Amino acid sequence: MEFKDYYKVMGVPRDATEAQIKQAYRKLARKYHPDVSKEKNAEARFKEVGEAYEVLKTPDKRAAYDQLGKSGTAGGDFRPPPDWDAGFEFSGTGARDAQYSDFFESLFGGRARAPADGPRGAFHPERGEDHHAKVLLDLDATLHGGARQLTLRVPEIDAEGRLVSKERVLNVQVPKGILPGQHIRLAGQGARLPGESIPPGDLYIEVEFQPHALYRMDGRDLYLDLPVAPWEAALGATVKTPTPTGTVDLKIPAGSHANSKFRLKGRGIPAKPPGDFYVILQIALPPANDPQAKAAYAALAAALPFNPRSNFGV
Amino acid sequence: MPPLPDEPLHGAIFEESTVLTLRDLSRMCAVDERHIVEFVEEGVLSVMEITKTEWHFSGAALRRARMALRLEHDLELNLAGVALALELMDELQHLRRELSGRGV
Repeated sequence: MEFKDYYKVMGVPRDATEAQIKQAYRKLARKYHPDVSKEKNAEARFKEVGEAYEVLKTPDKRAAYDQLGKSGTAGGDFRPPPDWDAGFEFSGTGARDAQYSDFFESLFGGRARAPADGPRGAFHPERGEDHHAKVLLDLDATLHGGARQLTLRVPEIDAEGRLVSKERVLNVQVPKGILPGQHIRLAGQGARLPGESIPPGDLYIEVEFQPHALYRMDGRDLYLDLPVAPWEAALGATVKTPTPTGTVDLKIPAGSHANSKFRLKGRGIPAKPPGDFYVILQIALPPANDPQAKAAYAALAAALPFNPRSNFGV
Repeated sequence: MPPLPDEPLHGAIFEESTVLTLRDLSRMCAVDERHIVEFVEEGVLSVMEITKTEWHFSGAALRRARMALRLEHDLELNLAGVALALELMDELQHLRRELSGRGV
């Protein structure tokens, strides 16, 4: 077992005051909190920091840990001496949901974990723990609903009691109209406890969506950038426009300009209530790469005195 | 003969299919009802529907309440700090989605 240098984890000197330790913890906790952090190894780091803080903030645990450090075990393989904790008493009020390292457990003992859903300190879990996973879906999955093969990494406790991550492939019917950040709840697909009499927990799958080639998502609304020719915007036109429910003929009024916005009510994500579909005009310029096109642009310039920078005053 | 494809698992959208009372919510978060009421008063949680005798929360409130409790505990934040953090996180998530929607 590896010796854990809790001072190094917290980035504080061995003679750090309680206030310094608290300050270091708060800073690291904010940085690595899994709800807040986008760091890749945030969860693992957060647990490590939480464990270090649990020891260093509690005077009796810290004293016992310091005693241990003096016997010169740092860095090498670690085995606690048989009577190392004689004279220290530990209270069992740990952080909720905490999972401690083998090193910690060998020093301070394991602690019965309450299931995440149950009241803390319940002795007999009524059901297995709920599991959580996150998947990236294509937009079509929510537009039309449908079965998808999802590959999940599910944490499991292995035979030796360690937390490992296991791959699991599920065929899941994606509910039509699910929005980013929402969860599919699969009853009974969570953790299974030994013994048939205890019902398994549930699996919660959080969905996010891959960027779509045409549509941009904002909550339940969809946006399409629709390129139009300058004369279509200026003179008005009826333009074939793709929407999730099929192509529509969109009427562009004369005098439209770049970023003009049109709303097609209820044609967004088919949630309850359904989102809207927005079309944003983009003026596309025809290339002037042959004499004919150049002549046409020159004729337009001659016919229309137009200074697009008139409001700059230069 | 190729194996038959698995019948897909059906699940509901948790946020929309779940209605929780104040009591459910406090039990599932393992905190006092008073604590949940404080979250509502601070604007951390919103009540979906108020009947004559009950407050009803959506499934989204459960996730939000749990996140609020984790922030409170792990970062030693007070109620106003939790409310501010959640609001900023909502905004950050909205902006991140907008960026990823634009393929940035």
